[in-house]
Amino acid sequence: MESWYMLTLVGRDRPGIVAEVTQVLYEAGCLLGEASMLRLGGNFTIMLMVGTDGDGTALNRSLQQLADALDLRIHLDPAEGAFHEHPEANICVTISGADRAGIVAQATRCLAGCGFNILNLESTVAGSVERPLYVLHIEGQCPLDAEAIEQRLIQDGLRDLDVSVHPMETMIA
Amino acid sequence: MFATREVITWPDERLRRICAPVTAFDDALRAFVADMEGVMRSGPSAVGIAAPQVGCLYRIVIVDASARKGPNHGRLVLINPEIVSWEGSVMGREGCLSVPDMTGNVVRAQDLVIECFDEYGRPQSYEMSNFEARVVQHEMDHLDGLLFLDRVVSRRSDLFPRVKK
Ligand SMILES: [Zn+2]
Repeated sequence: MESWYMLTLVGRDRPGIVAEVTQVLYEAGCLLGEASMLRLGGNFTIMLMVGTDGDGTALNRSLQQLADALDLRIHLDPAEGAFHEHPEANICVTISGADRAGIVAQATRCLAGCGFNILNLESTVAGSVERPLYVLHIEGQCPLDAEAIEQRLIQDGLRDLDVSVHPMETMIA
Repeated sequence: MFATREVITWPDERLRRICAPVTAFDDALRAFVADMEGVMRSGPSAVGIAAPQVGCLYRIVIVDASARKGPNHGRLVLINPEIVSWEGSVMGREGCLSVPDMTGNVVRAQDLVIECFDEYGRPQSYEMSNFEARVVQHEMDHLDGLLFLDRVVSRRSDLFPRVKK
């Protein structure tokens, strides 16, 4: 019976990181589950579900050798391997405007108050150095409807930003 | 016509075949359409189904967008459908009876004009938009061995598009 781990990795972005990490995992006989791999501000980041029948300690040792050799930071933590049960987002929220402190804290505190469960959050700093534009996109499940959520976000201190909340309709066919 | 009682799922190779046009508009065809609709309606809120999803490699599609808001034609049987013209493009989230527990963002044409035959062999033409047009494009892909997986785009590239020069 395999056990699952969450591998997290951060390092300066360059070609070949994924190939090198997954080669080590392959040679260790691991299974790979769900993953998110993304370049964030010049760093390459990996969150990867890794399943193994073997010894987590031995696997961690090989990964740390790789981390040292390639100047990466890698962690391996035991994690639940809950697959085949993706919750479907029903609401998406997009907030954008001139960058300032507190946007995410205000927005997500308000959403938590609405009973909103975040399934995916992505944000980026666009615009230019002189005029940074912050864009936040959140998808999740919420019992309230889109209009009610939008009103609450605007009332809860996001009046200076562009807030739009939409129902997400997934077509199954 | 052969049909399974359950939707077949990828990686079943039958989902990758190009389906043949229907030539006989007979009782057997109509019985098959009824069976296929039964499979669609027994699924979890499906709004369409294509014949290859029940293992029948002919160009037959059923769509029904009536459970959703927005204009639609209700239940439609589309046989040998062809897209005559299309316009615009929109992103939307899709899943597939044949690819359980997975959804993804797909770009589709916003407006379509299609021509097809109904189950009695009568030529029909429909104009449709948005959700209903998305369902039809998804189903017509099935007739050519394509799955929405082949068209999924990254959420991030859609959310934060770079300005094209
Ligand atoms: Zn499908």
